[in-house]
Amino acid sequence: MNQQPATHEPSRGFRALIKIRLHNTLSEVGQAFTLFFQTLFQIFRPPFQFDLLVKQLLLVGFNSLAVVIVSGFFTGMVLGVQGYIQLKPYAVEGSVARFVCVSIVKELGPMITAFVLAGRIGASITAELSTMKVTEQIDALEVMGTNPVKYLVVPRFLACSIMLPTLTIFSTFAGIAGGFVAVVTLFDVNGYFFLVEVQKNLFVGSVLISLIKATSFGMAIAAVGCYKGFSISTAGGAEGVGTATTGSAVISLIAILILDFVLNHVLFNILGLI
Amino acid sequence: MISVKNITKNFGGKNVLNGLNLEIPQGETLVVMGRSGCGKSVLLKIIAGLIIADSGEIWFDGTEISKLKTKKMNLLRQKIGMLFQSAALFDSMTVAENVAFMLDQHTDYSKQEMRKIVDEKLELVDLEGVQDLRPAELSGGMRKRVGLARALAFNPEVILYDEPTTGLDPVTCTEINQLIRDLHERLQVTSIVVTHDMHSAFSVATRMAMIHEGKQIAYGTPEEIINIDNPVLQQFVLFGAPDQILNMENPILREYLGR
Repeated sequence: MNQQPATHEPSRGFRALIKIRLHNTLSEVGQAFTLFFQTLFQIFRPPFQFDLLVKQLLLVGFNSLAVVIVSGFFTGMVLGVQGYIQLKPYAVEGSVARFVCVSIVKELGPMITAFVLAGRIGASITAELSTMKVTEQIDALEVMGTNPVKYLVVPRFLACSIMLPTLTIFSTFAGIAGGFVAVVTLFDVNGYFFLVEVQKNLFVGSVLISLIKATSFGMAIAAVGCYKGFSISTAGGAEGVGTATTGSAVISLIAILILDFVLNHVLFNILGLI
Repeated sequence: MISVKNITKNFGGKNVLNGLNLEIPQGETLVVMGRSGCGKSVLLKIIAGLIIADSGEIWFDGTEISKLKTKKMNLLRQKIGMLFQSAALFDSMTVAENVAFMLDQHTDYSKQEMRKIVDEKLELVDLEGVQDLRPAELSGGMRKRVGLARALAFNPEVILYDEPTTGLDPVTCTEINQLIRDLHERLQVTSIVVTHDMHSAFSVATRMAMIHEGKQIAYGTPEEIINIDNPVLQQFVLFGAPDQILNMENPILREYLGR
């Protein structure tokens, strides 16, 4: 596991600088994908350490549940309020339930959950693994004949991939509940009507889209978090851990946004899911 | 038992090891000396398979290990124990879990059997009653001892020590040196100790080697080493060797010392 980012001495000229930056970036992307494929390969190789997976599932899932529900609930409330205010001038405020439901299920549910986990879990994975790298704990694992990808990355990758869609279900329900509470209590909207509208607009395809997105975001958060943790050099020290952790959160957020766009295009335009 | 043949390693254009050759006979404690950054720890990590050499061969009991596949290398690693400079204990685990790690990963021992081995190994390094503590609760010397107990857990044939006394006070250094000597006598293992601490080197070595500019410039028993007329080696020995060695009636050392 000697995945060091490629570095070059600064050369003269702007073009040379761009070339070096591009080379280093591509090299890092290549190393990140190598780690990703190694992880996929190791998932199916025995021994299967379920105790490590359960520990990570609890860390990722249970410990994030409250913050995900609160984030989802208030996002739904904001959507409800804004939706009602924007739709009322056109006399279609009755569509506010559809607006909240579709936005939360297809977009904001998985997105808000992924953002919360990128900041909370992705950064924590990077901090933990990079500290292990700096203090030679990952070297110690290897010397003792244990594959660090199998032991450290696989449980975190699986936990994020499993828990993100699970948490998305909670945040989606919380979001719709938030929208319901906001619209029914603050405006003159009938609660029963709101729920009937939600039911009418909640399709299996939409839920599928939400879960596919959430799983992909979970994989991305774990892959970025683990890669940034492993890619620090042993001499990086505390400063290296800090830089890697910040970098992990930023890259995860950008990766989530790019993935969201790609998945929207593939799922809506190519596969025709609604 | 271990032969290092013509090993080269380059980091970012700098030749750290430049055609290094070294022999480590079975049952000996070889101390590898050299200035900071001369490639001592890199050599240790190449032997442990943590770093891949650019060229050259590492022979372990008649097997060339530098090109072994991961699975075979992992089997071979079960014969190697390593004490890291920072001890490298897993801070999320207790002392007992650290020491039992290899047993847990590679054997079907029950918890009771593992606990018995853990107690045995901790007793071997003069530590008792610390099984349930976390590494953060231990002193530097205790961490090194636990690291050593973990390295011994699988009864290795070879122990690699990376700067075992760095960062420790003189009393603890002496205790660790004594421990390395005791383990060598009791277990008859082959050891490679990387250090630039001359007190430690002369205290534990049965053989010594000096690396300079990526190559071996001296090799022999401690008595032979102080008689080798090499300015780099003698300067190194002069600045750090224990007085009882420097006070020996050695004409070469006396010449360098100006006494």
